[in-house]
Amino acid sequence: MRAPAILFLLCGSLSGAAAVDSCVTCHSALEEGTKGPATLIKNDVHIAHGLSCADCHGGDRTSTDPEVSMSKAKGFKGKPARTAIPAFCASCHSNPDFMRRYAPRERVDQLDLYKTSIHGKKLAAGDANVATCVDCHSVHDIRPVRDTLSPVHPLRVAETCSRCHSDKAKMAPYKIPTNQFAEYRTSVHWEAMTKRSDLSAPSCASCHGNHGAKPPQVESVAEVCGTCHVLYEQLYGRSVHKPIFSVAGGGGGCVVCHSSHGIQYPNTKMLVGSTSVCAGCHEAGTPQSNTAAQMAGWIDGLGAAIKQSETVLATAESSGMEVSEAQVRLIDGRENLVKSRLALHSMKPEELRVPIDAGMAIARETLQAGQASLRERDNRRYGLGVSVVLIAIAILAIRSLIRRIESNPSN
Amino acid sequence: MVRDLMDHKVVPVHAGTAWYYFGGITLFLVGVQLFTGVLLLLYYRPTVAEAFDSVRFIMTRVQFGWLIRSIHSWSANLLILSAFIHMFSVAFTHAFRRPRELTWLSGILLLGLMLGFGFSGYLLPWNQISYFATKVGTDVAATTPFAGPAIARFLRGGEDVGAATLTRFFDFHVLILPLITFALIGLHLALVQKNGMSTPSGVPPSKLAQMKFFPNFLLRELMVWYGVLAVLGTLAAVFPWELGEKADPFASAPAGIRPEWYFLAQFYTLKLIPSHVWIFEGEILGLLGFGALAAIWALLPFWAVERYGASRTRLANGVGVFLVFYLFVFTLLGYFK
Repeated sequence: MRAPAILFLLCGSLSGAAAVDSCVTCHSALEEGTKGPATLIKNDVHIAHGLSCADCHGGDRTSTDPEVSMSKAKGFKGKPARTAIPAFCASCHSNPDFMRRYAPRERVDQLDLYKTSIHGKKLAAGDANVATCVDCHSVHDIRPVRDTLSPVHPLRVAETCSRCHSDKAKMAPYKIPTNQFAEYRTSVHWEAMTKRSDLSAPSCASCHGNHGAKPPQVESVAEVCGTCHVLYEQLYGRSVHKPIFSVAGGGGGCVVCHSSHGIQYPNTKMLVGSTSVCAGCHEAGTPQSNTAAQMAGWIDGLGAAIKQSETVLATAESSGMEVSEAQVRLIDGRENLVKSRLALHSMKPEELRVPIDAGMAIARETLQAGQASLRERDNRRYGLGVSVVLIAIAILAIRSLIRRIESNPSN
Repeated sequence: MVRDLMDHKVVPVHAGTAWYYFGGITLFLVGVQLFTGVLLLLYYRPTVAEAFDSVRFIMTRVQFGWLIRSIHSWSANLLILSAFIHMFSVAFTHAFRRPRELTWLSGILLLGLMLGFGFSGYLLPWNQISYFATKVGTDVAATTPFAGPAIARFLRGGEDVGAATLTRFFDFHVLILPLITFALIGLHLALVQKNGMSTPSGVPPSKLAQMKFFPNFLLRELMVWYGVLAVLGTLAAVFPWELGEKADPFASAPAGIRPEWYFLAQFYTLKLIPSHVWIFEGEILGLLGFGALAAIWALLPFWAVERYGASRTRLANGVGVFLVFYLFVFTLLGYFK
C-alpha cells in the first residue's frame, strides 16, 4: 500500500513543479554567480506577460530532467551568439501577429532599423563588439522603457550609451571621441531632463535615433535640431549661414555655433565679446562682426528694459498697488524678447527689429504704468498724511469743545 | 421724543465706561460699510464673467475706487473685531442681565449677521482665494448633521460653487442680510434706549457719576470715530486690499488656502479633530461642539445671573475667558500653521 501512495504524492509534486517552471527552479539551485538569469528574470517584462525562459531559449520547461528540458529535440537553442542576438529577439519582436497579443502598440520594425544603423552594419560585417539589443535593454531583467529602472528609460539612456561610448579602449578601433556623455552632462538638455524632470528633453536617442542609430550628417543636423526647435530651423534655413555651414567641414548647421553635446544656455555673449562664436569666422571690425554686436545690443537692450519694468511693477505690487494689467501686458514683452532671440537666427537685422521694436514699446508702456502706480502710491500717502492731520485737528477741536462745555457749571 | 432722549439720556461714568464706545464704533463701521458698499455697487457686476474685472476696474480706473474698496474691506474686518470686543465687554461686565436679555440676544444675532456679511462678501471679487475659501466653507456647512447637504445646496445654488453661488451671495450681501441687519439694529438700539446703559453689577446706579449723552458722550464718541476713520484711511492707503488672481474653477486650490481671520479658529479646530472620533465623524463632532458652545454663550442671560448664585457668574466669566483664549490662540495657530 505504501509504494503506490508515495508514487501518487511524487506525481502530484512533479505536476506542481511543472507549473512553477523547471528552468527557474533548477537554475535557482545553481551556485552563486551562475544562477544570474534565474534571479534577474523576476523583474523581466516577458515574465510579467506570462512568457518564460523556454519561449526564447526553447526546450521543455515542464520537465525537471535537464536531459529532456534542454534537449535539441525539444527545440532548445541555448545562449545565442552575439551576432545572432538581433535576429533572436526579432523572432518575436518583428512578428506583428505575435506582438499584437502582448503589446499591440509596439513597433515591429526594430530589426529593420537596426540593420540600417552603424551598429547593425558593423555587426553584419562581423564586428561582435558593437551594441546589440541586450547591450542597451539588458538581458533577463528587461524592463519596459517607461520603467525608470530600465536602462533605456529617458533618464538613463544617455548613461547606457556612455557605457560603451565613454570607454576609450572600446572606442579606439572606431576612432570616435569618448567625451560626448561628459559634455552632454553640462548641457541645457541634461539639466532639463534631470533637474526639471522634463522627460521630453533630448538625450542620445532623440537626435541619433535608437534602433537605427547613426550620427546626423552635416546636411541633416539642422533638421534633427529642428524636430524640436522648429521655428529656429526655419529661420536658419533662410539665413546666409545655411549654405556656408552646409559645406563646412567637421559638421554644420546648428552645431557650428551651439556645439553638439554640451549645448549651453544661449545668450548674447555668443555674438559679441571674448566668448563670441561669430568671432570664430568674422574678425573684429568687419561689417558682419559689427552687425552681430548691434543685434546683441538690441536684444540686451530689450532684456534690460523688460527687467526694469519688472522691477518697477514688482515694487508697485509689493506696495499694494494693483498692477496686474501691466504685468499681463509685460508677458507680451517677454514673448517679444523670445521672438527676437528667434529672429536672430535669420541673421537679418531688419527682421530682428520687428520683435525688438514691439517689445520695447511694451516695456516702455509697462514701465510708465509702473511709475504711474508708484506716483499714485506716493500721492495716496501724501493724501493720507493730510487727512490724518485734518482728523487730528478735528479731534483736538472736539476735545477743546468738550472742555469748554464741561467747564461751564450749568452742563 | 428725540429731544426728550437728548435731554435725559445719560451715560454712567466708571472704570469701564470706555467699553461703551465699542457699540458706537461698531455702529459707525456699519455706516461706513453701507456708504462704501453703495458706492461699490455703482460699478460692481455680480457675474462670473464680469465680477473680477469690475472690481479691478474699480481699483484701477475709478477715481478713488481703490480707496472705497480698500476701506470697505478693512472696515468689514474692523467691524467684526469691534463687534467681538463689544460682545465680550458686555459679557464680562454682565451687562446682559435682566432686563437686557433681548438686547444681548439681538446683539448675538447681529454678530452672526456680520459674519454672514463677511462670508458672502468674501466671494464677490471672484478671485482664486475667495473661490476656494467659499468651496471649503460650504463644504464645512455640508457636514452639518441632517440638513447639511440641503444647506450647502441652498448656499451654492447647486452642487458646486459657481455662477449661481455668486449671484446668491450677492443677493445675501446687498439685500437680504442688510434688511435683517437694519431691522435688528433698530431693535437693538431701541432696547438700549429703553433700558438705558448698564452699570457694573453690585454697584447701585445712584452711586455712580453720570455724563449727559448729548453732547458730552456723543462728542467723545465722535472723537473715537474720527480716530477709527484715521486708522481705516491708513490701512487703506498703506495696505490696499489686494485683488489676487481671477478665480479658475479648473485650477488646483492655491497652497495654504484658509478663510478670513474670524473663521480661522474654527477652521483650525476642524483640522485638528481626527476624521473619526468614536462613532462620530470628526467634522460633525466639531460642528456640534461649535453649535453647543454658541448656544451656551447666547443663552448667558438665562443661566449666568446673580439670582442663580455667584458660582454661575464666575462660571460665565470662566467660559468668557476660555472663549477669548481659544479664539485668540487658535486664530493665531490657524494663521501661522
